Amino acid sequence: MGPAELLGLSAVTALDEHQSRSPLSRLQHLLHSQATIGPAVVLLIAVVVFALLSERFLQPANISLVLQQVAVVGTLAVGQTIVILTAGIDLSCGAIMVLTSIVMAKVAAETGLPGLPALLLGFLVGTVCGLLNGVLVTRLKLPPFIVTLGTLNVFFALNLWYSGSATIRGGDMPKLLLWTGETFTIAGTRVTYGSIMMVLLVAAAAFVLKNTSWGRHVYATGDDPEASRLSGIRTARVLLSVYATAGAVYALAAWILIGRIASASPQAGQFENLDSITAVVIGGTSLFGGRGAIVGSLIGALIVGVFRNGLALAGVDVLWQTFAVGVLIIAAVSIDQWIRKVKP
Amino acid sequence: MTEPILEAKGLVKRYGRVTALAGADLDLLPGEILAVIGDNGAGKSSLIKALCGAVVPDEGEIRLDGRPMSFATPVDAREAGIETVHQSLAVAPSLDIAANLYLGRELRRKGVLGSVFRMLDRTGMREEAKRQLDALGIMTIQNPGQAVETLSGGQRQAVAVARAAAFGSRVVIMDEPTAALGVRESRAVLDLILQVRDRGLPVILISHNMPHVFEVADRVHIQRLGRRRAVVDPKSISMSDAVAIMTGAMEPPE
Repeated sequence: MGPAELLGLSAVTALDEHQSRSPLSRLQHLLHSQATIGPAVVLLIAVVVFALLSERFLQPANISLVLQQVAVVGTLAVGQTIVILTAGIDLSCGAIMVLTSIVMAKVAAETGLPGLPALLLGFLVGTVCGLLNGVLVTRLKLPPFIVTLGTLNVFFALNLWYSGSATIRGGDMPKLLLWTGETFTIAGTRVTYGSIMMVLLVAAAAFVLKNTSWGRHVYATGDDPEASRLSGIRTARVLLSVYATAGAVYALAAWILIGRIASASPQAGQFENLDSITAVVIGGTSLFGGRGAIVGSLIGALIVGVFRNGLALAGVDVLWQTFAVGVLIIAAVSIDQWIRKVKP
Repeated sequence: MTEPILEAKGLVKRYGRVTALAGADLDLLPGEILAVIGDNGAGKSSLIKALCGAVVPDEGEIRLDGRPMSFATPVDAREAGIETVHQSLAVAPSLDIAANLYLGRELRRKGVLGSVFRMLDRTGMREEAKRQLDALGIMTIQNPGQAVETLSGGQRQAVAVARAAAFGSRVVIMDEPTAALGVRESRAVLDLILQVRDRGLPVILISHNMPHVFEVADRVHIQRLGRRRAVVDPKSISMSDAVAIMTGAMEPPE
């Protein structure tokens, strides 16, 4: 019995094993290696069903509406996914977004600061807020849930204080801040620049996570922090960069939010934190870290958007839309638990 | 007498009022397997952690090839050529074999893709991983793209050993490599350890398993109460005598 035999995964035995597996076990292995397949299938089925239920569903105007509704939460979900991949969670994402949108809009409206510097200031605020989360998680070694629950309240209070609980009207802002809400037409569908920005962000984040050392270290840190540390990964630095990056992403979401509602409101989007977590979880990313993908989170956000929109078009009461989203969350997490128990 | 490759002198490590290392020494000679045995609390783990940079000793010095070293992190020790197979294996289960082999020292693409876009050289890492596994006779892992969590305990151990053997240029340290394994898998891992030595890399083997120690070790370092109690030749001492020295029931032979 040599090492070679021990590791007897020769092509033949691997094939035999594969054939002897039950269909259920094969499905488990498929989902294990490709976590995004599940959500993609769910989205596809949902689209087909809702298209059959209502002929308005697939009309360009409706698709455009769904995309606009999903743009903000889809952007937040990118930051949320990176955080959750490290086995963390970010409850403060909505609060950071609202605070950032208020800062950008109010500074520009009151001081006449042009659009670009106002935008950059917003990104700075978002990044600093994220960095604060990261410092509390890595230096004080507090659980991310507690840290971001705390900062959620802190940031939201700062937002109310700075805004004086007053909405800043779109007309008082530089055009650039509202640009994300402007549209152009492809194939008869009006698409906002904000939606396009979200899609580009998802693509960029997916590339970075999959193809760079940093991305790999994010996964490894969430998977097994001690093993990562022993392998020479500076896990504290990875976590800091993750929370700071997430903060910058929330600032982008803030920009998209201003375009979407054509104003900056201290009350807008404060519950988007739970919606972003919902999108990430439904998208197949594991709350226990180390497993999942950004594209899944976009699909997750789309699933929620399509469910709400489709059920509304089918004339179903709003409360059942919420009910359906709840069932989806439970189902997604159950499937994740099952996938994790994959046997060699 | 040959000069030791790795040498530790008078290492002291205290945790509050507990003294884990009370002036521990260690010598590792070129091309040997040095087993480190000791009762629980004898300071085996602290000794190994000091050598691989996981803890910084309060006193004492570590020399590699005669040069004094100070390891602040595991990365420092790794860069000096000391690779460690930790008892926990230190692998990320959801990453694949190649990713784990290169964890923390990923290869980048050549040219703009690597320098500007920071793209990983996936193919290069997979090919090199396969070559390393082949070199240790673990050629039957067909697919370096397989996730580590789909491997058996022995296979995971083999991945961790392959990583250490691939990157260790001076010393490989193995902490309880057979502790969690069955009889057949232990056998194969012991063979791997012998192969690593036969490739010229000296190995420090920490183990509780006396038959394994006596089978592969060239010398046995017996640790007791935070110090080196004796170094014995496994061919000239019985297992029960070694255990007696380890527990303090017997004085070491001169």
